[in-house]
Amino acid sequence: MNPALRARNHPGYWAFLVHRVSGILLALYLPAHFWVLGLALHDAARLDAFLRWTDQPLVRFGEWGLVLLLAAHFTGGLRLLVLEFLPWREWHKGLAAVAAGVSLVLALAFALAL
Amino acid sequence: MSARREALLWAAQRASAALLALCVMVHLATMIYAVHSGLGAAQILERTRGNAAWLGFYSVFLLAVVVHVPIGLRAVLAEWLGWRGASRDWLLAAFAAALAWLGARAILGVFL
Amino acid sequence: MKTLQVRVWRGGPQGGDFQSYQVPRQASQSVLDVVTYIQRVLEPSLAYRFACRVGMCGSCAMTVNGVARWTCRTHVDQVCADGRLELAPLANLPVIRDLVTDMREFFDKWARAKGRFEGRRTRRDDFERVAPDSEARKQVDAAIECIGCGVCYSSCDVVAWNPDYLGPAALNRAWTLLRDVRESANPGRLRAVAGDAGCHACHTHLSCTERCPKHISPTAGIAGLKRAAAAAALKGEL
Repeated sequence: MNPALRARNHPGYWAFLVHRVSGILLALYLPAHFWVLGLALHDAARLDAFLRWTDQPLVRFGEWGLVLLLAAHFTGGLRLLVLEFLPWREWHKGLAAVAAGVSLVLALAFALAL
Repeated sequence: MSARREALLWAAQRASAALLALCVMVHLATMIYAVHSGLGAAQILERTRGNAAWLGFYSVFLLAVVVHVPIGLRAVLAEWLGWRGASRDWLLAAFAAALAWLGARAILGVFL
Repeated sequence: MKTLQVRVWRGGPQGGDFQSYQVPRQASQSVLDVVTYIQRVLEPSLAYRFACRVGMCGSCAMTVNGVARWTCRTHVDQVCADGRLELAPLANLPVIRDLVTDMREFFDKWARAKGRFEGRRTRRDDFERVAPDSEARKQVDAAIECIGCGVCYSSCDVVAWNPDYLGPAALNRAWTLLRDVRESANPGRLRAVAGDAGCHACHTHLSCTERCPKHISPTAGIAGLKRAAAAAALKGEL
């Protein structure tokens, strides 16, 4: 295994990385998301055209990816609130797995809703 | 003073996180419901336009986002880009303002 | 495997490289035994630290196959499935020579975090009562066994990303003193450990907790510092 990874290959570290990367990607996505919705204000035609574009399978997959990012950041965030506000207990070590599991369930729920 | 500022930013980040936890649950549930029901844009806008309750909800959601996102990026800029100090904080304040502006337009467009 | 292929980092502040040695493998052998063999038999000029050899002092901490460990408490079988060992000095600290790091900044940060006990009473006063089953004392007891070995500091990415970050050990010690009923330096101590070089820079990677040979969780103590700092700031006391 890559030497840099050997010391970092534990659940807490992956949880951090997922939380940070998902946060960055969501932060980059939000302005675009708001701007598109803002088209509803005075450029309904453009909004309609955009929404037709989102009907493509690749864009649908991207939407699912965004839901996964949001779910991951959300469950990871709940885990952090537990770690920072409740007194430390050994079972906290299992929270990373729980967060991952719940976020996958949420993403699956979105995918199956389609 | 760094200690007080960092402590207050930390508190604001966790408070907005707790609020966002609730908002995100509602938002995800709504999105899953909308997709599951096969609602198109026109139908969604029919339900959202003039709806004061949703307007209120998303305004709170936006406020929490505008607090939470820049504070979150602050640590990333410092640790991964080595960018610390006043200039970074000014950029983040501008980003927060931009998010607030775009978000307000989105809310007006969808809920008013 | 009868022989271990051991790569050892040799060098100084200007840099260095790994050198290879072959060490006979024994049935009951710690990584410290391996380093000792290299220095005594193969390479007299190799510099490394150890003292107690029995897992009490923490002096022998170094990077073993990429992970910070105590070499005296690391059995070769634990880390060496394929007969290969890679030894390097502790990360995040300046190198003096070979496997020896300069621990000064580690202890300087300890001092900056006010990691020193400052009591209120003199020999003329009666003893302070410390209830062992109080919540505060239980929190202190969970974190008090730190011997300053540097493994957590060396395992922390925030230490690597933020040169001013006080680090898990110093903050953990400050936490034990913050919760000590006998302490007199506490409002000032909280100010010393809060801030972007203090507890607020911790992102709960939990590498410190994962690696601590004494099974302490500095993350828990740092979370306590975060809560205390927020409470104090909101009350205008920070």
